[in-house]
Amino acid sequence: MAPSEYELRLRERLGRLRNVPLLGGAKLSGELQRLQRQLDRIAEEPSGDDIWRSVELARHAHRPYTLDYVERLLDDWFELHGDRRRADDGAMVAGLGKLGGRTIVLVGQQKGRDIQERTRRQFGMPYPEGYHKAIRAFELAERHGFPIVSLVDTPGAYPGVAAEQHGQGGAIAASQAAMARLTVPTVACVIGEGGSGGAIAIAFADRVLMQENAIYSVISPEGCAAILWRDAGEAKKAAAAFKPDAAHCLELGVIDGIVPEPAGGAHIDYREAARLLGEALREAFDDLEGVPGDELRRRRRARFRSLGVFA
Amino acid sequence: MSKIDLSIETDDKPAPPPKHPNTCPRCHSHYRDDELERALWVCAQCGHHFPMRARARIASLVDQGSFSEEATGLHSEDPLGFFDVRPYTERIAEAEMSTGLADAMIIGQAAIERQPCELAVMDFAFMGGSMGSVVGEKFSRACDSAIERGVPLVAVTSSGGARMQEGILSLMQLPKTIAAVEDLRDARQAFIVVMAHPTTAGVLASFASLGDVLLAEPGALIAFTGPRVVEQTTREKLPDDFGLAEQNLRFGHLDAIVERHKIRPTLGRLLRLFG
Repeated sequence: MAPSEYELRLRERLGRLRNVPLLGGAKLSGELQRLQRQLDRIAEEPSGDDIWRSVELARHAHRPYTLDYVERLLDDWFELHGDRRRADDGAMVAGLGKLGGRTIVLVGQQKGRDIQERTRRQFGMPYPEGYHKAIRAFELAERHGFPIVSLVDTPGAYPGVAAEQHGQGGAIAASQAAMARLTVPTVACVIGEGGSGGAIAIAFADRVLMQENAIYSVISPEGCAAILWRDAGEAKKAAAAFKPDAAHCLELGVIDGIVPEPAGGAHIDYREAARLLGEALREAFDDLEGVPGDELRRRRRARFRSLGVFA
Repeated sequence: MSKIDLSIETDDKPAPPPKHPNTCPRCHSHYRDDELERALWVCAQCGHHFPMRARARIASLVDQGSFSEEATGLHSEDPLGFFDVRPYTERIAEAEMSTGLADAMIIGQAAIERQPCELAVMDFAFMGGSMGSVVGEKFSRACDSAIERGVPLVAVTSSGGARMQEGILSLMQLPKTIAAVEDLRDARQAFIVVMAHPTTAGVLASFASLGDVLLAEPGALIAFTGPRVVEQTTREKLPDDFGLAEQNLRFGHLDAIVERHKIRPTLGRLLRLFG
């Protein structure tokens, strides 16, 4: 019997995935099974409606936030406050905790549940102070040899007058540069909205993961629609055009794996969502185990330097 | 609170466009082409800096005949099959036709006041100087070329940010260019940035902010989020010089503001200091 169209498509995807720089690494040959699992996830090309569903789930008011995962994944959590310069940014959380018995540093954006907390945490949009706090945590991890987990969940960096005056662009660049220098293992996961520069600032990691219904994009669907369609109401069309969903990000080689969520989305079952995330984090760290620090750094830079499509 | 995040966009024009490209938007003086060219596109009346094209910029900076362009064969692809009201491929073709450039950055070897260096110059006329895969790759190659030849890197930026038609891959050009700068730093080569109007969003949030020395032209908009978007999303009242080079200097984000005709001697001096 001739191979089904479905099988042909899978094979083609497999072929393409092998060409993705990181997934094509030497370590992968023995991990066909894992690759197959990822392939199954992207077997069906997400439609515009699927993509929009991800956008809505990624922004769902009940979606678990960074501290919900901290509570369920880490023991002995101790939160660090302040950037040691001028402020403590509520939109960026940093701290120490134990993941599977090992001390790690965790950083992540944090949104709020009620109106007071949302205001205090600026809806998860950090000021430069938030990025300086992240840098401080990265440097602490480097000094003590702690692995770093970074959870990305932000609509974007805060777009305000004070944020600009305090150097928003420079802070985002500095945070990525700090990550580019690390010699400790780093794993980032987009757990909700991976909004633009505000997101990549803490996602320059050895392994970059995305939850099934998270989005990762250069601009919000509304922003893109406002510019290219001159109508923010065309957000759905814009999202379908720039494809911020996890399956497309995996296909483009931007992320290394998709973290499954409970059926219906992470907000349905926090405990199960945390368990699945914890499993993916441990798997990613196991994968990085034993790689010397300078080699980690070299590969991390090479990974990002290979991203882009041109002729 | 609006969820709109317009922090990366390509058509963020802070001032209303002048009626004619040769009319000064500030004092309304009007110039012939050759007058402007001779004045390096600076208004003789009020000192306003008009936009400057990349080739003219290079000619104004380097020793005559010293520039040797690199990576000329790189062209944009359309990884997403992006289509808004028009296909991305059509927008690229149109930009190539109207600018005579392959993309929004030119790189190459050069000498400035007899100091050898690597040069990377952006052109805002090519799709708002937006950074897609080609700009990211060219900048990275400029870093590599500087490392290989053991010379400093000089970059002149002018960009509205990441090129959203390339989707998430355009965002990945931020870490990509930063990785290249870190390699340059490890090789202990100097990196000097000249920010021209406008240097915003993704380019400011990546390599442009990482120079050893940061210079800017007078009146250049240097902001992660442009004034229009800040006003719309936060309804804050903006200071008069919001996001301009002058404000950035006051807040400690720049080393100096340098008028256009003084940029070449300033770079010459810096290159001698680092040399």
